[in-house]
Amino acid sequence: MKKIRIQLEQLTNRISRRTMLGGAATAAVALVQTASGKTIQQGVSLNELLPEDPTKQIGTLAGEVGTRSAFEKVVKKPSDISSRSPLQDFYGIITPSDLHFERHHAGVPAIDPAKHELLIHGLVDKPLVFTVADLKRFPSVSRIAFLECSGNFRGGKETLSPQEICGLTSQSEWTGVKLSTLFREVGVKPNASWFLAEGSDTAIMTRSVPVKKGWDDAIVAYAQNGEALRPEQGYPVRLFLSGWEGNTSVKWLRRLELSDQPFMTREETSKYTEPIKDGKYRQFSFDIDARSIITYPTYPKTVEKGWIEIRGLAWSGRGKVVRVEVSTDAGKSWQLATLQDPILDKAHTAFRYVWNWNGTETEIMSRVTDETGYVQPTFAQLAKARGTDNGGYHFNPITAWQLKPDGRVLHRPDNLR
Amino acid sequence: MNRYSFWVPSTLLFVALASHFQTNGEADIASSIAKVDTLPARFGFGRPATGAEITRLDIDVRPDGKGLPPGQGQVAIGRQIFATKCVACHGTVGGPNGSLVTTTNPDRKRPEKTIGNYWPYATTVFDYIRRAMPFSQPGSLTNDEVYHLTAYLLQANGIIDEKTLINAQTLPRVVMPAQKLFVPDDRKGGPEIK
Ligand code: HEC
Repeated sequence: MKKIRIQLEQLTNRISRRTMLGGAATAAVALVQTASGKTIQQGVSLNELLPEDPTKQIGTLAGEVGTRSAFEKVVKKPSDISSRSPLQDFYGIITPSDLHFERHHAGVPAIDPAKHELLIHGLVDKPLVFTVADLKRFPSVSRIAFLECSGNFRGGKETLSPQEICGLTSQSEWTGVKLSTLFREVGVKPNASWFLAEGSDTAIMTRSVPVKKGWDDAIVAYAQNGEALRPEQGYPVRLFLSGWEGNTSVKWLRRLELSDQPFMTREETSKYTEPIKDGKYRQFSFDIDARSIITYPTYPKTVEKGWIEIRGLAWSGRGKVVRVEVSTDAGKSWQLATLQDPILDKAHTAFRYVWNWNGTETEIMSRVTDETGYVQPTFAQLAKARGTDNGGYHFNPITAWQLKPDGRVLHRPDNLR
Repeated sequence: MNRYSFWVPSTLLFVALASHFQTNGEADIASSIAKVDTLPARFGFGRPATGAEITRLDIDVRPDGKGLPPGQGQVAIGRQIFATKCVACHGTVGGPNGSLVTTTNPDRKRPEKTIGNYWPYATTVFDYIRRAMPFSQPGSLTNDEVYHLTAYLLQANGIIDEKTLINAQTLPRVVMPAQKLFVPDDRKGGPEIK
């Protein structure tokens, strides 16, 4: 006989051995004890957990942590080196922490926060070591801002979702201590012009950052969306450089070294540099240029003719979004989208445009303008400016979606070569 | 209350002063309300770093050679180490984890970006291998092994000859073919697409 131990005790009488072994979709994993006393995990079908009428059966009691509804199958899309946020499944502008994109160069390290320290040295009056507890004693700062990998682009075929094209961007409220506070604490020397930020993963990730960014708005962050950082986002401390390519916001931060020149690490030479025209390569491309993407309606969803609220996200690493335009006729004409408050500096901003689709084949797309007057370019404009040998870094073209008369929505790939 | 107002958090200070302000409206108090968070020059948190712990963590190498340890590398020895510790993942000229050696493979539309045609500084080769390779056992190489491997990879990419010794003096002087190709970012926002 199997004995089932699950939280929903009042439901256990509804779970028979037959249904557990049946082919129904797994909704939850229950701990099942076999006759020999061994505990195994056993799938439970969603229907078995559901009362016929939720008003007739007392629900789950209060718990220690909340859970996502078993009906919501929202997941990241992992590869060996990264995992993409499901942009098409989000509402509003905050990325749930467990769905924040991941990009790391040698896995997520396991770090005991009680043992983790941050060393600041080099061109400073007083080299200091801070524990995580020390960092939390300093005056804190919070800001809502996006974080995007500069390699956030994929294209080339019709069957791509926003997650696949653009899922290496996410947004959180980041909390920590201003780096300028720590700079004052160690006494950064006037001749320091760059600093090295180093992580404690096995890649021992390093990037050189101009000292000016440290004084301006850099944060040594220990929290994300109201709780400690997730391990995937740098637990227990990371650098956070708003508006800059994600790789510079070094995670699992263990060391900052002030210097009078950049260090030319592998991640700022062999990687994270991009070909521009005339055989040249651009280096230290920190700022994320403005970008937008429609997240609904998009592949693989289908639509019906009639009223559609076109929804999406827009952002710029150089300031606020001032305008998003939407085209429903393949870029021939553009209409102003409504921007949803709050419109924050260097932050994902939600936009929408309500449209009555007459059911004929067309293409929809969005383009953003930021505070500096930069207008999101087309793929062809980027190729013209940089040459056709696009490395894929800092590639922010307008993304178009085809609406087919049968209601299918497909990405419209741009082809150059 | 007054006794504490030197150091209480600004919100508390504000409450204390605001009620005071209502009763007598003194101008000097109004100006002190506007001042929030007068931060000390230093908080005194953290502890001084010892020379030993800085040395243990400070493994980076700059293009001018700062950070290079004592030791020396020879191409021939590096070739042997590469064959035992690196070849499984990188191959001699192009393995599953990317080639480290520039080749002109006519099958490819674009040449693979490697040390020979894309790396602007030779010191980066030393820094990266010592820091992160072999991928499965980072930090396992001695400084001499890293010098040997650096010498071999520079020779295999046609940058130095078989006889050149690589050490803290010679490595920063190696001029990489790609150095002249790198330009600093000149995007500035605004209407221009770059
Ligand atoms: C277990 C497989 C493995 C072994 C063994 C290994 N590497 Fe690597 N190597 C990698 C991977 C994976 C990367 C890419 C890492 C990344 O992109 O973050 C890499 C990257 C590199 C790079 C940078 C390449 C570039 O163009 O940016 C160099 C240089 C390098 N390895 C040298 C070595 C040397 C020298 C050894 C032997 C001591 C070695 N590797 C052993 C897997 C390996």
